[in-house]
Amino acid sequence: MSPVRRPGLLSRLELGSAVVAALGLLAVPLVAPPFQTITVCYGLVFAVAALGFNLLLGSTGLLSFGHSAFFGVGAYVAALLVKYLGWTSMEAFLLAGVVCAALVAAVFGAVCVRYTRIFFGILTLALSQVLWSLALKLFWVTGGTDGLRVPTPTLVAGALAPTSDKMDFLAYRYYYYVLAVFAVAVAVMWLVVHSPFGKALQAIRDNETRAEFVGIQVRRYRWVAFVVSGAFTGLAGTLWVPLNGLTTPDILYWPFSGRIVFFVVLGGFKTFWGPVVGALAYNYLETYAVGFTVYWQLVLGLVLVLLVLTMPQGLAGTVDALVRRLRRPALT
Amino acid sequence: MSLLQTRALTKLFGAHRAVDAVDFTVRAGELLALIGSNGAGKTTLVNLISGLLPADSGTILFGDRDVTRHSVHERIEAGIARSFQLVNLFDQLSVADNVALTIFARQGKTAHLWSVADRDSAVADEAMQVLRQFGLASRARMVAAGLSQGERKLLDVAVAYALRPTLLFLDEPTSGVSTREKAPIMDVVTSVVRQEHITAVVIEHDMDIVFTYSDRIVAMHQGAILAEGTPDEIRRNEHVTTTLIGSALPG
Repeated sequence: MSPVRRPGLLSRLELGSAVVAALGLLAVPLVAPPFQTITVCYGLVFAVAALGFNLLLGSTGLLSFGHSAFFGVGAYVAALLVKYLGWTSMEAFLLAGVVCAALVAAVFGAVCVRYTRIFFGILTLALSQVLWSLALKLFWVTGGTDGLRVPTPTLVAGALAPTSDKMDFLAYRYYYYVLAVFAVAVAVMWLVVHSPFGKALQAIRDNETRAEFVGIQVRRYRWVAFVVSGAFTGLAGTLWVPLNGLTTPDILYWPFSGRIVFFVVLGGFKTFWGPVVGALAYNYLETYAVGFTVYWQLVLGLVLVLLVLTMPQGLAGTVDALVRRLRRPALT
Repeated sequence: MSLLQTRALTKLFGAHRAVDAVDFTVRAGELLALIGSNGAGKTTLVNLISGLLPADSGTILFGDRDVTRHSVHERIEAGIARSFQLVNLFDQLSVADNVALTIFARQGKTAHLWSVADRDSAVADEAMQVLRQFGLASRARMVAAGLSQGERKLLDVAVAYALRPTLLFLDEPTSGVSTREKAPIMDVVTSVVRQEHITAVVIEHDMDIVFTYSDRIVAMHQGAILAEGTPDEIRRNEHVTTTLIGSALPG
């Protein structure tokens, strides 16, 4: 008999919070106006991108400044399928987006995982900017700065066709579609992070040399993490494009990579839920900062500085620490 | 019977011959102490054998396999493991996870993305068993960074041991702990090693420890082997006592 009680898959508190959050997200289109629902929908899409990004930062200890590349690949693949093949099925877009983002990540990753720290960050940045310049220069394919339009797709193998009211379609059918994909993405990422593979990544993050000396092939594992991370962010890019209706080189440009970093810093990269909380919170912050002042970037910059100074663990990390502190006396 | 043999193994750092054409033999089943002053080349020799550093020339034979050009991963699979002089742990993982991870790696399960690590009760049980052997069971749920220095040294050895090696290198398992703690650590380590019939090579500075616990001693000086023999032979070897031990020879 083991004297140590094994922890459950999720603590009661985590499970309770997840159920409340899930019910809240399910209720959004029923209680909120379409604009609000679409804002949350954007937040969920960004959350998927942030979850992918954080497999590298939180679990593996690698800070990528080039995740716009995978988001952009996901979006452009859908747009090109519409332009050249006339496809309309969202499932086909998602499959193609994930596969292509994973392939690009496999190539980029083969170069980047040879390095760590700032060298890794700079390489991801440089490679992502190659894609940005291609999207800009190959305008006869990509539409250049005008980008490519993507009409609303059909959902669930054509069972849910676009309605005449686009806003209505996005705020109901598409919202629930994104919510379902988000739920699957969260479940898959949870499993990856808590798998033996996820533990190996944490070991590499903590101590690369020792990880090598317990038999983990460090570079190969980093590469796999890079590919999984890129695939997730690509999935988010494909989900994003029908919401936006258009993809432009902006989402391949480095400030968008910076925005993904912001999501995760805001939410907290040391907790599983941090990226989700951060992406949803950032999206609201930006939406309201833009509505409130033309100097919205200044507002976001101030928030980031304040956050790093006062809550370096991010929103979810701070809540997590508070809960632990409140629960500790009850345990002893 | 020799388990490991190096032939003319050499490592240069610039012009400095850190390990100079060393023929080093470890016999199966023994607990060998590797001694020598700082800079004698002990740790470099272990780094070459474990694969942390590439050799400039010479060969390393493990059993009848030439492992000189093998990767760290391949050497571990062959049965060579090591601990570190400066404690090398996964500080943010729990004590149990430090060992569990090693077991997952040994079983090839770290390639699994679709199972929940904490639900693998066979691995968890084995990890607890290892921690019990090293007297760390009560610390299982603690974060590794929270252990005392002595406990950290033990966990470092436990992590290497969890690979179930044939040959285990222990690089100064008692360095950085108080004199009072040294013997208890060595008691635990040597009892596990002997019980499980693991061949062990211990790098050690403390001559009390060396003479108490080892079956055989190899003394190094300036990158070469100065002498080897039983503790009694080394104690009587004037060359060693004058070069390495000075007048501080115990017993």
